[in-house]
This record gives sequence, structure tokens and C-alpha cells, in this order.
Amino acid sequence: MRIGIPRGLLYYEYFPLWKCFFEELSAEVIVSGPTTKRILDRGVQTAVDEACLPVKVFYGHAAELGDCVDFLFVPRVVSVEPRAYTCPKFLGLPDMLRASMVLPRLLSPTVNMRRNRRQLLAAVRQVAAELGAGPVKTWRAWRRAVAAYRRFKEFLRQGYGFEDAVSLALGQNRHLARQAPPARDLTVAVLGHPYLVYDQLVGMNLIQRLRSEGVRVLTADSFTPAEIEAKVRNLPKALFWTYEKQVLGAALACLDRNVDGIIQYVSFGCGPDSMIGELIQRWVRRKRDIPFTLLTVDEHTGQAGILTRVEAFLDMVARKKARSA
Amino acid sequence: MKVTFPHMGYLWIPVSALLRKLGLDVVVPPPITRRTLSLGVQHAPEFACFPLKLNLGNFMEAYERGADTIIMAGGVGPCRFGYYAQVQQEILWDLGYKMKMVVLEPPKGHWWGLWKRIRWLIGERSVRDLWRALGFAWHKFVALDAIERAACWARPRAAAPRDVRRAVETAVRWVHEAETADQVREAREEGVSLVRSHAVRSLRDPLKVGIVGEIYTLLEPFANYRLEEKLGALGVEVDRSLYLSDWIRAHVVLDALRVSGEHEVKQAAQPYAPHFVGGHGQDTVGRTVLYARHGFDGVIQVMPFTCMPEIVAQSILPRVAHDYGIAVLTLIVDEHSADAGIQTRLEAFVDLLRRRRSKKKHDAVARAQAGK
Ligand code: SF4
Ligand code: SF4
Repeated sequence: MRIGIPRGLLYYEYFPLWKCFFEELSAEVIVSGPTTKRILDRGVQTAVDEACLPVKVFYGHAAELGDCVDFLFVPRVVSVEPRAYTCPKFLGLPDMLRASMVLPRLLSPTVNMRRNRRQLLAAVRQVAAELGAGPVKTWRAWRRAVAAYRRFKEFLRQGYGFEDAVSLALGQNRHLARQAPPARDLTVAVLGHPYLVYDQLVGMNLIQRLRSEGVRVLTADSFTPAEIEAKVRNLPKALFWTYEKQVLGAALACLDRNVDGIIQYVSFGCGPDSMIGELIQRWVRRKRDIPFTLLTVDEHTGQAGILTRVEAFLDMVARKKARSA
Repeated sequence: MKVTFPHMGYLWIPVSALLRKLGLDVVVPPPITRRTLSLGVQHAPEFACFPLKLNLGNFMEAYERGADTIIMAGGVGPCRFGYYAQVQQEILWDLGYKMKMVVLEPPKGHWWGLWKRIRWLIGERSVRDLWRALGFAWHKFVALDAIERAACWARPRAAAPRDVRRAVETAVRWVHEAETADQVREAREEGVSLVRSHAVRSLRDPLKVGIVGEIYTLLEPFANYRLEEKLGALGVEVDRSLYLSDWIRAHVVLDALRVSGEHEVKQAAQPYAPHFVGGHGQDTVGRTVLYARHGFDGVIQVMPFTCMPEIVAQSILPRVAHDYGIAVLTLIVDEHSADAGIQTRLEAFVDLLRRRRSKKKHDAVARAQAGK
């Protein structure tokens, strides 16, 4: 049995979990290749104009997998923690896809932990049942998958790149060297949705580029959940978007760590980011004078323009640091 | 304390009636104009939704008239509306506007906290007073909805669209000025017949268009560039899927009781959008299906630029349109929309509907002849 996973959106959040789970259930996992111009174009053609860039990219990947798999895995992730939601577009993702293109059978469990964490297990059982797995096998697969996911998050926290963290977590590559320590004493946080910053095409390899310039790079994944929670606890109102909470909490946590500059990387037209981006800018400005820049990308954004802005930002951060030293 | 609140269609009438009955000093923000919009656009985040910007403009203009307290609704997500108040508060703060924001939602899920906020607002008034004031406001909601419905019916039948607009303004003023429930009822009855009296042409079978979409842009004529009036002037009978009282029912009553909206609409949406997607996204799909089943000629979806639930719906609607053979137009509005552009698109859409009608008639005749 071949299960297709489009390389987009929550792939960047949960891939090791999904892969490990399906393989333990003896299914074959097929992932679409890294985003290319062609995949993006395909997505742009099939999605409505107003959809945000990551959704278009996801469409492209789903189309790409099209007929070479038995199932396409597109979960409906409504909520991953009590009293919170994900983005409305994740709530409607399978329906949007189904209305826009011909698809293989969808494997589309609903994950909604808003009122009850245990609902997740029901979703897991539902998927396993559809693949014809018994309860014992399912349970074992799930335990292993969760362990892989924890390892993955831990590797990300330690500063491994996305691809390395995936292969380390899945035990495919035991001897990956840690990143070489940065050459310069400069730390920059790149904050944004993992499906933007970790994607090779739309993320413009920003993280690797900065690292190769000798900069120490933090992402929203560099902070422990406890650190994030501590930062968002005192918000005027609890933020009901889980993934944005991660970004906002990370931005606030940057104020405590030795971070010299913050880059927020967002998609044009992203709903949640338009709100928290505003809060981050205002709060960062009020609390501490850290250089901050907002990079907005869509399918027309040229790489050169963004990279020039990043260069300029980096110069500014370095100069400011030198001055204050 | 001088309280204000954001505009949304005729919301200001029942809300100001409610607050005044409770003895509060109310500053109704001036009607939305280009100035309101440009104030909002200037200070709100660029990609915030259109309603947030207009709300902000309302608050700033109300502040100029002496308001110092804002009453705002809240929400639990996943839509942005649930965080409007907090973002607006930060913006006003940084601008040096000293306004207190009272958000009517249970803080951290505690109903007690909500009650404390209401208590603080109404001061010494009793729960019975509150209940009475709510009942009075509700009558106004119902009256306004009836007048707006009458206007939709009268517009395509009027000699000049201007007449209906003027009649609506008069009728609405009557409702606003009514002081007792009986007067409201009277204002409603007289208002509705005044509006209907302008229907001087009899139309046997006018084009019918249903309007669906995001609630603010449905209810606020400034935000939808007077969509209903434009369509009425083109001879179209409009059915709007949501009225103010529906919003109250959905957001205040039902939300509080934790039951989800109308069953029939959800049922109709089921094959296409089986799950809630925030805002009114699922309703947009369900109501389009219902309009198609009821033989409407077309459906128009209105939404603010970047509105998330409506983008989900927009992605699904082509499939509904295809399955039911109904024409669907999506109208996206924000501060960059132009009146003339919208007018042109509506004219083209209405033309399309007319052509489809006559083609249908033609086909039916041809079929009848072939059958003979
Ligand atoms: S969070 Fe933003 S970028 Fe992600 S799917 Fe939603 S709108 Fe798009
Ligand atoms: S429904 Fe649309 S316009 Fe309203 S808050 Fe949500 S995203 Fe914004």
C-alpha cells in the first residue's frame, strides 16, 4: 500500500511522526520531491488566487503525487491542544483539495483536541482501521511514531537543520555531525511557519545562507515548549492559534536570549500572521531595541530582492552590535 | 464614562438603544466615510482584515467625539475576529488614545469574569433592567431586518432606486426614535409599508440572486460598496443570507449555549464542507447549495481580502456551481476596491444571468417542439 504525503504545510511539523507510523503499519510512504518552480506553478494554477503561498505549494505537491499512490494523506487538523485551533485553512484543507482536482483516495482523519486530548487517539485508530491494522500493531506503531517525533523536535532544538533532524529522528543517519560552531558572534532569529522557512524554494534557503555567513540562527523550534508557554502566559488574551503562539512566544523569548536581530518571514495574505506580526513588532519595539524586519513573500517574490534585504539587515545588525560593544 | 462600539450596518440602532436604556452615556461613531477608512488603513496592519481597519477608524472618530470606553465582541477562534480587540487596543495605546476596551467574552473561559465586566458596565442597574433593555433592543433588531428585507423586494420594482433608499432612511429613523416596544412595532409596520409602497412596477419573474459570505461585508453597505442597491438598480431581487438578528442569534445566543448554527445549512454543506472552518465559511457553502435548490439564478459571495474562512469557501464554490449549474460570483473587497470596478462586474454578472435565463427558455421551447 502506498501512502502519499505532500511535502507542504504540516509535513514540516509532523513528518517523522507520520512516516514512522505508516511504516510500522507496513505501508510504503511516498513523499513528493522538494518544491520546484514547476510544483509551485501547478499549485498556483489549481488554487484560487486568494489562497496563501503555502496552500498553493501544498496543492502543487498533492497534484504531483496524484496517481502514483493508493492513498493521499491529508489530515484535517482542527486543533492540537485544548482551547486552541490551527488556521481555518487547515480546517478546510481536504475539502478545498477535493473541490479543485481529481485525487486518489484521501486518508483524512480529523484531529480535534480542542475539548479533549484523547480525541487524537480516536483519529489514530480510524487511520489504522482504514489501513486494516489491528489494535496491538497500531498501538506499537503509534508509540514508536511519537518517540520519533520527540527526537525530531529535540534535534531541531539543538540546531540541526530540518532535513538532518528528520533523518536523525528516523534513525537513518546516526553519525551526522553537529553544526560547526558559528564563526561570528552574531545571532539572528528567523521566525515564521516551518512550511515557509524550511521549504527549499519558498524559504529561499535563508537559514542555510545565514549559517554559511557564520551567523548563529535560531528558529521558533529552538525554544522548548516550556519557554514558549512562559512567554505567552501573560498575554492580554490567550492566543488561540497554536502555531502562531509558537512564533509569538519565540519572538518574546528572543528578548531574553542574546539575539541580535529578528527576521519574521511571512506569506502574503496570511491571516494569523497579520495579527501576531503586528503584536510582535509593537512589543519588541517597546521592550528592547532589537533590529526587526518583516519579509513578506508570495509566488511573485524574486529571490534576489529578498536576499538583498537580508544582506542589508545583517549589515545593520552587525554594525549595531559593534557599536554597542 | 462615554461608551462607543464599532459600526456594522444598522447595528448601532439597537445597541445604542440597549446601552442608553442601561443609563450609559453613548457616543455613536459617525457613519463610515472615506475618512474613517483612511484612518483605519493608516494605523492598522496592512494585511489585517478589512473589518478590523474600519472598526479602528470608528474608534478613532468616536474618540474625537469624546468616547473613552469601547465595547467590543470577542471570540474563541479560529478566525481573526477573536483577536481584533487586543490588536486594536495595542494600536490605540501606541497612538496615545486613552480608551478602555471592554470585551464581551468570557475571559480565560470564565463566565464569572464576563459577568463582572457587564456588572461594571451597568453599575447599579438590576438584572431585570438588563433583561428588559435586551428585550427592547431585540425588537429593534427584528424591525430593522424587516425593513431591509422589504427594501430588497422593493428595489427592482421601484421607479428610481433613490426612492427606496430614502424610504429606508426614513423607516430606519423611525425605529431609532421609537422609545417603547409598541412604538418599535409601529415603526416596523409603517416603515415596511412605506418602503414597499415604492414598488410601482410589477415584475412577474425578476432575476433572483442570493448573497452569501463574510458577515461584516454582508451587513455593512460601506464595506460592500452598496452591493444590494446596485443589484436592485439592475432589476435584480436580492436575498441576503444573513441579517443582524441572525448574527445575534449565532454569536451571542448560540455561542453561549455552545450549539452550532442552523441545521439545514450545515446539512446542505455536508457533501462539500463537512466541517466547521471558522467564521461563516461553511454557511457560505451550505447557503449556496440551498439557493441553487430554490431555483435562484445566481449567488454572489462577498468577502474581505485575505478572509480565511471565505477563501476556503471560495475554493469549494466552483464545485457547487458546477454540480448545480448555478452561476457564482466572488466579490473581494478592501480599501483598494473601486466602485466603478464593482459596478462593471455586477453588470456583467447580471447580463450573464439574463443570457442563461433566455437560453433555458429557448431550450425548453425547443424541447417541447421536438417532443411534438
Ligand atoms: S497560517 Fe497563514 S500561511 Fe498558514 S495556511 Fe493559514 S493563512 Fe496560510
Ligand atoms: S471572518 Fe474573515 S474578515 Fe472576519 S475576522 Fe475572520 S478572517 Fe477577518
